[in-house]
Amino acid sequence: MKRAEAFQEFFDGMRAMAPLIVAVIPIGLVFGAVAVSKGLSSLEATLMSTLVFAGGSQFVAMDIWTHPASWGALAFSALLVNIRHVLMSASIGTKMPAFSGPAKYAAMLLLADEVWAMAEVRAGQTRLTPAWYAGLAVPFYCVWVLASLAGAAAGAFLGDPKAIGLDFAFPAVFTVLVMGFWKGRDTGAVLAASATAAVLAHQFLPGVWYIAAGAAAGVAATLVTRRRQEACA
Amino acid sequence: MTLDPNTFLAILAMAAATVLTRIAGLLVIRFVAIGPQQKRALEAIPPAVLMAVIAPTALVTGPAESLATLATALAAMRLPLLAAVAIGVFVVAVARALIGA
Repeated sequence: MKRAEAFQEFFDGMRAMAPLIVAVIPIGLVFGAVAVSKGLSSLEATLMSTLVFAGGSQFVAMDIWTHPASWGALAFSALLVNIRHVLMSASIGTKMPAFSGPAKYAAMLLLADEVWAMAEVRAGQTRLTPAWYAGLAVPFYCVWVLASLAGAAAGAFLGDPKAIGLDFAFPAVFTVLVMGFWKGRDTGAVLAASATAAVLAHQFLPGVWYIAAGAAAGVAATLVTRRRQEACA
Repeated sequence: MTLDPNTFLAILAMAAATVLTRIAGLLVIRFVAIGPQQKRALEAIPPAVLMAVIAPTALVTGPAESLATLATALAAMRLPLLAAVAIGVFVVAVARALIGA
């Protein structure tokens, strides 16, 4: 591809992502502010956004943060929260014939929910190119890191995020994402099983086991409901 | 501007776990044949994990949080992400102020 075409593709990708780039700014600000309120320095908060770049798992980490930090529990919870990326990369990975092997892996390092969703839409319409994907992912990544830094720097001035409800921003984001996964009664069974198991585990077990319990119960529920449907049919 | 060694280790561990999940999908489609049963299980994972994460907040933290989760879910049916989140944050702040939690 000629250089001018690649630039054009990059800008097209960035334009497609613009609303989501704007939307991630307040979430990054909240993350930085929450991190500082949990005792992280601005450097540590920004480093986490730079190296982890997965908002959901970063907010969960803040939820279960201890001093000193427990790396095993944090890595395990990041693994559980981000296990959905396995499905996303498996799905988009089959739609990247324009990518070289290494480019495919490099692209996956910047795979976030929003990037994945936009790339899937693009792949359904036309050929997904590395330049277009870079226009999607790279500015989004940079804004996430900068917003986290700004939030951490301003955190001390924002005061207690709980007083103005900002601590609820993350559960709210996940609530919206859950609604997006709704595909009928089967999803209802998954959600009910997951919520029940998670609440029980949360009441009786320490740490983040409630996430594993909920995930396992949800998957078990979908397999059981399918078996019952097959038995009835 | 400080960097605690335990915190740094935790960030690296989180980063490693996250990278693993991001490239695992590429390895899966290279080496594993995914049948309908496996596909169903994989498809159930995202909503199951997200629900598990929010369930304690949504159900057993307090009436303000439960009310705000419900408001966010209803708003999400009609409004874009950011608007629904703003409504959730607004409802939780108002409900906490009214209830005094």
